[in-house]
Amino acid sequence: MIRGRALQFLRRVAAIVEKDIAAELHSKEVVSAMLVFSVVALMIFSFALDLRGEMAEAAAPGVLWATVVFAGTLGLSRSLAREQQSGGMEGLLLAPVDRSAIFFGKAAGNFVFMGVVEVALLPLFSALFDVPLLRADVLLVLVLGTVGYAAVGTLLAAMAVNTRAREVMLPVLLLPLAVPVLIGAVQATRGLVEGATLAEVGSWIRILVVYDLVIVAVSLLTFGSVVEE
Amino acid sequence: MIEARNVTKSFGPRTALAGVDLSIAEGELVTLVGPNGAGKTTLLRILATLSRPSSGTVRIGGLDASRDGERVRAEIGFLSHQTLLYDELTGEQNLRFYARMYEVASDRARIGEVLERVGLGMRRHDRVETLSRGMKQRLAVARAVLHHPRLLLLDEPYSGLDAEAADRLTDLLVELGRERRTILLATHRLGRGVSVGQRVLILHQGRVVYDQPRGAIELPGFAQLYRAMTSQEP
Repeated sequence: MIRGRALQFLRRVAAIVEKDIAAELHSKEVVSAMLVFSVVALMIFSFALDLRGEMAEAAAPGVLWATVVFAGTLGLSRSLAREQQSGGMEGLLLAPVDRSAIFFGKAAGNFVFMGVVEVALLPLFSALFDVPLLRADVLLVLVLGTVGYAAVGTLLAAMAVNTRAREVMLPVLLLPLAVPVLIGAVQATRGLVEGATLAEVGSWIRILVVYDLVIVAVSLLTFGSVVEE
Repeated sequence: MIEARNVTKSFGPRTALAGVDLSIAEGELVTLVGPNGAGKTTLLRILATLSRPSSGTVRIGGLDASRDGERVRAEIGFLSHQTLLYDELTGEQNLRFYARMYEVASDRARIGEVLERVGLGMRRHDRVETLSRGMKQRLAVARAVLHHPRLLLLDEPYSGLDAEAADRLTDLLVELGRERRTILLATHRLGRGVSVGQRVLILHQGRVVYDQPRGAIELPGFAQLYRAMTSQEP
């Protein structure tokens, strides 16, 4: 019985994610906007700051996460706006599914879009700043940071999407709440870039894990109230 | 099929529904008419579990709509002002997505069946953004009936349709009514609404002020009565 419900839940989450990916493959509006923004931001940083050697190791994590965060905000806003067009969110709410399946589906879709942009960004970042970031330990930090950011961003985008000034409202709500995950991610990435092991940046990794768990739990509890009238 | 008791809904100081009592039996096709702002959409959204009433109770198919939301939603097909379709996807992709959300058995066959029924079998691979308003509305009807709902809630289904498309929709509704589906159709178009329904309700300023079987209604006289009822303060 419980296994059946869990499988049903996962099937619905997968349906939402696949629908978002199919829509994105056609429109390309979320990922392309994020990519263009990220590349332009990186180019500006690379021209504005002379990031070579030790200076690069110190500044690169901040530059990376600032780019990821602002590109992510752009993508989150577009992704939820797509649901509002033609009443897609209403269609989701009419389906006989637990509201948490809608949250997981949307958050997972946003995670995938952010992940695609990050994967495209890392080689460019490494080339421009001469800092090797295509490493398993850095990828782990990126995954943990992106999970938390996509989760809190999905919840807040759902809140902001019905407001008149949603493009302004989302970053105003999101960035303060994302501060813990950003500090944890920047510090962990900096430690790894400077040669520390995963164990040595364990405290920052633990902050990321705890943040992810707390924000997912809070989102599951509140998402239904946020999206219902 | 629908039992609503003393349903009220307020948005801040504005009262949209002021104590609606409504009983609709299984298989009935009921038309709800009323001017803009009468509360039709609010009532349908509450029945569809998209909105919670400020007070009162709603039971759908014997289930409490506020407590058994998931089970209630499985029984409902809702046609809203918006199509609830994704423009970037094809008609078939949209229906496949909703079939998965409603866990429709033999979804491929069912999708083909409903698309043929609304006359869009040949356009199934076209993106929604390329369809006309009337085609989108027909596709929205296909979406609403895809999972064999026992109750259909239709909010202004004729809006944006030309005469031919509206006739097709009426034929489809009559056909669905023959399948013993319960249909509640909200519209401000008196002629179409009254001709299709077996029973007609008038909603005015958040209250049901008229409830008669279709047989008791003569259209010219009804139009006069409707104007008189909806122009006066309750």
